[in-house]
Amino acid sequence: MATIAAVIASTHHPFYYRASTSTGQDRPPFADEWVSKILSFRETLTRANPDVLVLVGSDHFHQLWLDNMPQFLVGKAPFYDANWYNEEREFGLPRMLFTGQEDLSWHILRGGLDAGFDLAYSNELRIDHSVTCPIITLRPDADLPIVPVYTNIFAPPLPQPKRFVQLGQQIRDLVESWPSDKRVAIIGTGHLSLEFGPRQFGPHGPDPEFDRKAVEWIANGDIEKALGEVSLESLWEPGNATHGFLDFMLMMGVAGAGIKADYVDTLDLFHTMEAYFTWYPGAGPEAGKGAAQ
Amino acid sequence: MSRYLLNKFLYTIDRDPELVERYREDPRGTVEWWEAERANAILNVHGAERSTWLKFDDVEREALATHDYVKLFELGAHPFLSLTLCIAMFERDYEEPLAFQLKFGADLAARFTFPYPDITT
Repeated sequence: MATIAAVIASTHHPFYYRASTSTGQDRPPFADEWVSKILSFRETLTRANPDVLVLVGSDHFHQLWLDNMPQFLVGKAPFYDANWYNEEREFGLPRMLFTGQEDLSWHILRGGLDAGFDLAYSNELRIDHSVTCPIITLRPDADLPIVPVYTNIFAPPLPQPKRFVQLGQQIRDLVESWPSDKRVAIIGTGHLSLEFGPRQFGPHGPDPEFDRKAVEWIANGDIEKALGEVSLESLWEPGNATHGFLDFMLMMGVAGAGIKADYVDTLDLFHTMEAYFTWYPGAGPEAGKGAAQ
Repeated sequence: MSRYLLNKFLYTIDRDPELVERYREDPRGTVEWWEAERANAILNVHGAERSTWLKFDDVEREALATHDYVKLFELGAHPFLSLTLCIAMFERDYEEPLAFQLKFGADLAARFTFPYPDITT
């Protein structure tokens, strides 16, 4: 069966690409510290020596639209083009192309349906920055096959938070039952407190206290406390785009209840707090390191 | 009132570079054209198989025709769509980085406190 090489949860900040590649007067003052943190974070994936990436993100009204909106969708294609015109326009993101790991897509889709998750699927999916940002930060060569999984954190009505956790647990089980000798990293991105409205673009995220608590929940694998304090209604309060935290809750489900993250880092930026977490289940990172040598 | 149709306008304009420029230069004309020609087109469906019932009310039409993003927020348009499209149209008019985004937030803050208008469609 497949091995879970690493579980990684991260914010996805579309400005990282431009900030990290800009020079001279265009380079923002926080870029060097940000790059330094990302290089450390990247090392946590490199050490795990993955063969395949499962990438959990959320389409930002690119291919998925309100006339036909899935709650959870698995990409099941041989290739995935990536990034969109308005992401090039606003963030300078490059066009990208990924190879799909179709047999793992099928295994997750079939197994998820049989386990009670009525997953949608796509045979032709152009993915957006929620999936490409962690590639840019963690695996910039984009050389590994992927399985994208999209969640609806964006267009209410949304699934309940516990459903995100349960899907994460299910994805973990399904990857572990995939008949393959490959090493799989499961990577998901979301947000801490975030606002597109009256409280946007302040010097910090819109609700630093929520961010502090959220980082603690994730770092400690405290699913029970997160589910106790978070609801679809309460998530409006820290910022009107904070439902992206549901993808962190999904990743807490992947990592497991009560399992502390092996790597935790944060960066307080304008507009949002960045947060980076890595878990090494099972054999741990040393197995990956050994295999790499 | 149709939050869905407001969002459909913002979405279909934002993803098309020519329409972004057209809406910036001629908002009222673009809204009138769009409502007549595009409002009832089902995306990804052949043009002959159109909807027959979608139209703006006067308040919605006027908000779009005047680039009134504060009114759009009040009407429950999805703020990601309105912000993204407004950045595409107006950020170029400001010299400082993020100046338009800060103005967008300040204009909304002058009018709204939490809880905000519902964006459910």
